[in-house]
Amino acid sequence: MVDSFAVLIIVSTIASGIRLATPFLLASLGEALGQRSGVLNLGVDGVMLIGAFGAYYTVLQTNNPYLGLLVGIGVGVIMGVFYGFITLYLQAEQGVSGIGIYLFGLGMSDLLFQKFVGTPRPILPFMPLHFPVLSDLPVVGEMLFQHSIIVYIAFGLVPVMGFILKHTTYGLNIRAIGENPEAADSLGVSVTATRYSAIIIGNSLAGLAGAALAIELGIFQQNLTNAMGFIAIALVYFGAWSPKGVMIGSLVFGLVQAIVLQCKTFGVIPRSASDLAAMAPAIITILALVVVAKRFKQPSALTKPYVRGS
Amino acid sequence: MRKLRLCLSALLVAAMVIAPATLMAAGKALRVAIIAPSAQNDLAFTQSIVDGIKAIQKEREIELAITDGTFIVEDAAAAIRDYAKKGFDLVIAHGSQYGGSLKEIAPDFPETAFAWGTSADTFGLANVSSYEAASDEGGYVMGVMAAAMSKKGGVGVIGPIEVGDAKLYVNGFVNGAKAQNPKIRAKVNYIGSFSDVALAAEAAKAHMAAGADVLTGTAQMVVGAIGAARAKRVPWFGTQANQTSLAPEIVVASQVYKWEVVLKQIIADMDKGVKGGKKYGINLANEGIVIEFNDGYKLDPAVKELGMKTIAGIKDGSIKTGNATP
Repeated sequence: MVDSFAVLIIVSTIASGIRLATPFLLASLGEALGQRSGVLNLGVDGVMLIGAFGAYYTVLQTNNPYLGLLVGIGVGVIMGVFYGFITLYLQAEQGVSGIGIYLFGLGMSDLLFQKFVGTPRPILPFMPLHFPVLSDLPVVGEMLFQHSIIVYIAFGLVPVMGFILKHTTYGLNIRAIGENPEAADSLGVSVTATRYSAIIIGNSLAGLAGAALAIELGIFQQNLTNAMGFIAIALVYFGAWSPKGVMIGSLVFGLVQAIVLQCKTFGVIPRSASDLAAMAPAIITILALVVVAKRFKQPSALTKPYVRGS
Repeated sequence: MRKLRLCLSALLVAAMVIAPATLMAAGKALRVAIIAPSAQNDLAFTQSIVDGIKAIQKEREIELAITDGTFIVEDAAAAIRDYAKKGFDLVIAHGSQYGGSLKEIAPDFPETAFAWGTSADTFGLANVSSYEAASDEGGYVMGVMAAAMSKKGGVGVIGPIEVGDAKLYVNGFVNGAKAQNPKIRAKVNYIGSFSDVALAAEAAKAHMAAGADVLTGTAQMVVGAIGAARAKRVPWFGTQANQTSLAPEIVVASQVYKWEVVLKQIIADMDKGVKGGKKYGINLANEGIVIEFNDGYKLDPAVKELGMKTIAGIKDGSIKTGNATP
């Protein structure tokens, strides 16, 4: 019989992995949508940071975390409009403009924080939800049914986005534009409008990811995301541009982080190897990427600006 | 007329020679630059040095420039070089990770005084001073009190990377906890990052799930861990700066760095023409480290008394922190 303390630790580790995976999942889902339409956004982390600050400041002023989430989404929409204008109308090189968005987000979020807040002040975080019966189930209850609302929103978006991409005209248009924009255009699909919408939705999810992070932690500080946005981009490749794959990638990354943390807590990983172990999630992601990259093809038109007739 | 011109010229030359020295003696603004890894109001490591120099500003005219948020060492190196080029009198590289950069840059600017920490290494350079905090002393005091407070017999520590004052603090805390209760489960989790707030929060949750009912942590990312502890009402011991404002209901006490103690010594030595080559330190005895209790936390008077006795013991040398990895 498995020791009850061991069960408690396993449950706690899996719950921790799910929490850690959530911001990655939200940002990756948004990035996957953009990439399926042919647009790479390396500025995810910057959008997350501004979304995080917007949400944090809103909650600080209103004590309403739900309003904070909405502001995070709104900030993402604005950043999406901005990024779409740069990449679709100005036809800027996507890699460079994405890095520009990242640097803008990093600097602007810190500037706004210093200007309007200064010293970190705690905000009202999300409380775990309590589902009748389910939350009280032994083992499974704590593992799956005692998370905050943002966890369920993130994982709930996976089938929604999968359905949209596979079974709706809009999803078909996105996939077609990502593979062959000329053909889609010749069939009357507006490449610019469709890509613009995908960018805006993608950025709004990045803003939501930042908001979720700040509110879940109940705090904001400089560079809060700690480059999570870049990991989220890698997870899109890991997940082969599918919502389900992205979810699996996010969960693997989050769970490896949680397992490493638990192993350190219990001394399974010696302190001398502590820094090395901290790299484990990144190393596993890179190894998986190497395997996945060989098996799946990225959208053919990814990073290629579209100009009719060119 | 010629004599008058000669007299005026002599006066002018004398004024030019004497004026700089007079201005220096009268307290000419000292130009000091700080380069630090996180925000200057992080309630932790960076804020401690900024508070230190601001304390000296009350007594002496100082032109202060701060470049904070330089998590990336290359950015910090560029800032260090830039301040030296601009002729700042004292350039402070506040982070153990900046040592390699400073070792390369300092020889190019022999007229500039550099200080860095936390470290005891001056690289044998005449214009580099180092400073460190005996954070093991405050850590030991906190550890003793934490062990006395723990009902489950478990305390948890969240650290960044096992270097500098973080390592000293963590070792001191664990040694103090074990000195108070040899059976205590004192678990340490170095998360491998100074800036990953989310991971620090999860490390705190992992400690609590493993039975820790008193927590502590060091470096900028602990704001996440404090939030996690606050949600479960688990007592927290802070370090580097007073962290009470982050969670007034759970912060028991904070070890606060008063870097002005070493900064005053460095500046006094600079006034004497010594630009570096010396090691400085703060500790409980020289009051560069102080333990600030949170008056809003209902601490058992016996535990506080235990803490005060431990402070006194470390100051008079009767208690040793056993500064080694437990």
